[in-house]
Amino acid sequence: MEASPQLVEYFRTQMRTDPDMASAVAAIRTLLEFLRRDKGETILGLRESLKWATDCLTEVDSSVAVSSGGELFLRFISLTSLEHQDLSRCKKVMEERGELFLEKISLSRTKVAKLCHTFIKDGAKILTHSSSRVVLRVLEKAAAEKKRFTVYVTESQPDTAGKQMADALRRLNVPVTVVLDAAVGYVLEKVDLVIVGAEGVVESGGIINKIGTYQMAVCSKAHNKPFYVVAESFKFVRLYPLNQQDVPDRFKYKADTLRTVSDLSDEHPMIDYTPPSLITLLFTDLGVLTPSAVSDELIKLYL
Amino acid sequence: MADCGEPDGPGNKDDIARSKNEGKELTKEEKQRLRKQKKQQKKHKERKNEKGPSETEKDETPVSLLPPPPPVATQKAPSALPAPASAPIPVPASAPFHSSPAPSPADKPAKSKAELKAERRARQETDRAAKQPGSSSSGIKTKVPLSELNPVVKRLPEHVQVDDPAVVKRLAKKLERQQIPLRSDYGYKVSLFSHLHQYSRKAPLTQLLSIPSTVIHPSIVRLGLQYSQGIVAGSNARSVALLHAFKQVIRDYTTPPNEELSRDLVNKLKPYISFLNQCRPLSASMGNAIKYIKKEISNIPSQCKEEEAKTKLLKCIDRYIEEKIVLAAKAISKYAIEKISDGDVILVYGCSSLVNHILCEAFEKSRKFRVIVVDSRPRLEGREALRRLVQRGISCTYVLISALSYILPEVSKVFLGAHALLANGYVMSRVGTSQIALVARTFNVPVLVCCETYKFCERVQTDSFVSNELDDPDDLMVTRKGKTQLENWQDVSSLGLLNLVYDVTPPDFVDLVITDLGMIPCTSVPVVLRVKNLDQ
Repeated sequence: MEASPQLVEYFRTQMRTDPDMASAVAAIRTLLEFLRRDKGETILGLRESLKWATDCLTEVDSSVAVSSGGELFLRFISLTSLEHQDLSRCKKVMEERGELFLEKISLSRTKVAKLCHTFIKDGAKILTHSSSRVVLRVLEKAAAEKKRFTVYVTESQPDTAGKQMADALRRLNVPVTVVLDAAVGYVLEKVDLVIVGAEGVVESGGIINKIGTYQMAVCSKAHNKPFYVVAESFKFVRLYPLNQQDVPDRFKYKADTLRTVSDLSDEHPMIDYTPPSLITLLFTDLGVLTPSAVSDELIKLYL
Repeated sequence: MADCGEPDGPGNKDDIARSKNEGKELTKEEKQRLRKQKKQQKKHKERKNEKGPSETEKDETPVSLLPPPPPVATQKAPSALPAPASAPIPVPASAPFHSSPAPSPADKPAKSKAELKAERRARQETDRAAKQPGSSSSGIKTKVPLSELNPVVKRLPEHVQVDDPAVVKRLAKKLERQQIPLRSDYGYKVSLFSHLHQYSRKAPLTQLLSIPSTVIHPSIVRLGLQYSQGIVAGSNARSVALLHAFKQVIRDYTTPPNEELSRDLVNKLKPYISFLNQCRPLSASMGNAIKYIKKEISNIPSQCKEEEAKTKLLKCIDRYIEEKIVLAAKAISKYAIEKISDGDVILVYGCSSLVNHILCEAFEKSRKFRVIVVDSRPRLEGREALRRLVQRGISCTYVLISALSYILPEVSKVFLGAHALLANGYVMSRVGTSQIALVARTFNVPVLVCCETYKFCERVQTDSFVSNELDDPDDLMVTRKGKTQLENWQDVSSLGLLNLVYDVTPPDFVDLVITDLGMIPCTSVPVVLRVKNLDQ
């Protein structure tokens, strides 16, 4: 229980060593390590401490993905009954399953890229929002398939993450233009499709993503352009927001903001919620899903 | 299903094709055919050498008895029927559209006595087996899916067809057999809804019953009267009352000699269900409850003693009520309270016991919100909801449905109850609900439907016409300042009064459905049904 600073340090190291890794994957790796080092005596105690560890990690990085990844990890390792009498054998089984889970999800981005790149036709003009590693992987795969396309990236204030995306794409020799967040409506008549990543996929089939995604979705609906979302399956989370205000505060703001600032009404939220009616398709490692199929998958995963 | 050994013959092939196209009605047709065959055999035995007019005559009666096949899917017959059907049973041209009946009667004299005996025995086997899973479905409208031999494929409820005289005749015959009086329709029906029943509250079915009624248990008679007069209303209340009445029936039941409880009790329940159906059409929740009871009854092992079986059944019913209604309400309030935040203005429509429960629980958990109750004529159920909420101390506003678009800009959420959730995601609820959902969607107000899983129905419906309930049209008459408007509406030949009870809301207007399994989008209802089937 006292290993909290060690936990956080391990997590941060993971994030630093592999910047391409999703924060949820880093969190799960940390949880696995925590499981290995845990000296608990009971299964229930083990669960409790894992839950506590997940909470610690969400305090460090308040993204939806970390919370959903943690919960899924917990479910995955304890899904079937652990009939072994011996605690250490149980732990070993859990560790093995944890490794399996980690292996599966490390491959998920590749699976998504394989599914999605076929939707990018030669000569396509793509609009994307902010910086998403999954979208980058998809575009990499499409470029590797010798497809020619141009990309428009929004600048995505307040952290101008879009510029990083643009740099990465330039390295792939993809013609890219950075546009203002306010210019989304302006540029939409030129593009053929919109691809965005997601921080979390909610039960209704909607997504939680960087602020500005909702706007983009509404505009693409108005222009009748397909709006695709690429997300790994560990981002499926058991939330059901009805509107923007219904998203819990702990996801809306960065972790340090939540800790330091007392009155959140002055702070600007970092994420927004896009309802399922605006999304055309979701590309996940479970397959290409329509928003209504997400609930089906979630029921399978969680129930 | 159609290849389950149907006796051949051109008429049958067409029948099969027709029923395949219209959705499988094989067992009923099968049973009809077998009954006809029985009749045929009897008549044939009497008048073996006579052919001609008598046979065309007897072929006509079976023809008129055959109903136009409503869309019913069933699969229980095949397992029971292959053996007898494989015997060469001659079948009359049973469909009214088909070729002359002449060829088949011509076959009959060729049969030997032994063959006839074998056929009769086989037919008796079939009849007994067919009766077992519950064959009272030959009525027009049974929203009651019956216990099946094969539990995976559900039997879909049939549709009412009052404007089809053949169907009406069949229903009359069936009720006569069960010794239940037929309730007659009342008043002029609007043409779009002429296929539904329209009864008058002033002529309850119980007036036509003899006293004491030997066929129907008194608690069922009382229940039927309570339904038809509207004393017990609301789908949860009706289901619970039904289950309590059935408990009383089971307590008073004694197995007759040489009969098995599991089979006989189910047969005893059939006339009760027909009776209740005549008093007021069964709701989806009642249908599911009846299905459950029948399944439990038929699963009683034959070596079980009567007292034991009865206590087991009573316990099952209690558990069903406890799990599916009481605990489900608790689970739903737990999820729903997460969605109620401080400062909310919640709109509710009519009186749903579940929504009222949720609001009272939320108020107890000290959420600050106020409620707008929307009400509509002629039932004015919102007044009851208003009474209950105000008693708890919740601040409420009361409007009629015509003021909906006026009041909606103030509303932050809409909570609706449901009568049933259909398999394609449509919500069937009190008339006016779809209007509220539509206007709320236009104002971008989230619409939440609260529904227990036992109200989930396998039926698919996209409009409110095909299956609905018509209430007493006299309810629309209103007396103000001593003058009754529409008093003599029956005299005006071009005037029809329409008092609809239910309507159907498409899933695009509903944002969230809260069930005891959790919060799901409206399109995931078939997933829940599938999961539930796997559990059972």
